[in-house]
Amino acid sequence: MVFDFDFFISILPGLMGGLLITLKATAGGYLIAVAVGLLLAMAGRSKLSFIRWFCKVYVTVMRCTPMLVQLYVAYYILPRVGLRFDALLTGILALGLYTGAYMSEVFRAGIDSVSQGQWEASKALGLKPRVIWFKVILPQVMPVIFLPMGNYLIGMFKETPLLAAITVLDLMGTASDIAGQTYKYTEPYTAVALILLSVSIITSIALRLFRNSAFRWTRVA
Amino acid sequence: MNISDLFPQLLAGAAVTAQISALAAIMAFVLSFLIAFGNLSSWCVVRWLSTAYVEIFRGTSALVQLFYFFYILPVFGITLPPMTTGVLCLGLNLAAYGSEVVRGAIESISQGQREAGHALGMRPWMTTWLIVIPQAMSIIWPSFGNLLVELVKTSSLVSLIALTDLTFAGVNLVITTGRIFEVWGSVLVLYFAMCFPLSLFAAWLERRATRFRTARA
Repeated sequence: MVFDFDFFISILPGLMGGLLITLKATAGGYLIAVAVGLLLAMAGRSKLSFIRWFCKVYVTVMRCTPMLVQLYVAYYILPRVGLRFDALLTGILALGLYTGAYMSEVFRAGIDSVSQGQWEASKALGLKPRVIWFKVILPQVMPVIFLPMGNYLIGMFKETPLLAAITVLDLMGTASDIAGQTYKYTEPYTAVALILLSVSIITSIALRLFRNSAFRWTRVA
Repeated sequence: MNISDLFPQLLAGAAVTAQISALAAIMAFVLSFLIAFGNLSSWCVVRWLSTAYVEIFRGTSALVQLFYFFYILPVFGITLPPMTTGVLCLGLNLAAYGSEVVRGAIESISQGQREAGHALGMRPWMTTWLIVIPQAMSIIWPSFGNLLVELVKTSSLVSLIALTDLTFAGVNLVITTGRIFEVWGSVLVLYFAMCFPLSLFAAWLERRATRFRTARA
């Protein structure tokens, strides 16, 4: 028997525990990524050239090295310099800092799409920079970048299996554990593939529906 | 042991990374077009199959696919060498993303171009190859450039199926020498040295492809 259906069913509860860790990692990593991305995009428009330069270097370095190697670096080097986190937290930080670099490009493009007149009008009204960013510019950016941001959420969800490489018992880690103990590989990995596929398809549909109802008032197609 | 002793192993690893990436890129390039044409085909079975292919390979992560190929194909009696598994898997994965680029580019070419070709008495395949594809390529090349950078980075996953690529060499050297700062530092630098020129190349392709459009904006 190549595919043992009873075994497949019996490992599902264990994998759900792993899925919970995966979802936690995705949620935590995504929050960090949004914060980092927004910060980088805002700092990238700074008047000070060394801040702009720093943002550029950060984004380039993060985008030109593999996530897996960054994970190893975070996992092996941070404890040596006195920063001790458990594997999951290390993974969440690495995921967030990596995806943040990509997210900053999304924000940057979104901010660029807001017409220059909005900045000028805000300045003419004497609004403070904080008010300009959070009450004028970003509310106009949101509908434009909602779907790309959602795609990065799904993309990040699919990156989380990498955390298994630094011993996190997420969905993938749990599946590898089961496979290692039972020498049955087909069922655990098939389950992981099906779970990843269904969660990402459902999320993608949900994001589309939400976008259509939440941003009805905008002209974004 | 000083840092120069690390380099033979790391450079050998980098060569494997480059080799895997190059082979997978060639495979993905060809497959991208095939799948995109499948997606735009007038036969619904072909359309469904290629849509299913794209959804499955984009909806599950590359790591899962790699493990699937490495651990599960042998169960069905298909035993491939690790190198072939890595190239095959990365190529198939990238092709799913590449085919969406090709499909988007082909769909963005105005229908009028096809109609004009038809009106001139060209056969459908002639319109496709002589009219549509050459125009679509200016959109396709920059995106393929970016995908190539992603491919080199994703190729680091093959270290998890024990292929001796750059990441694997790093993990190995950390275990044997314990010099974590030097090893991981060098690994990062080597990946950067491969990906950064590629990303500059992609940016150049993008500028070149859009040079005649910026004048209007």
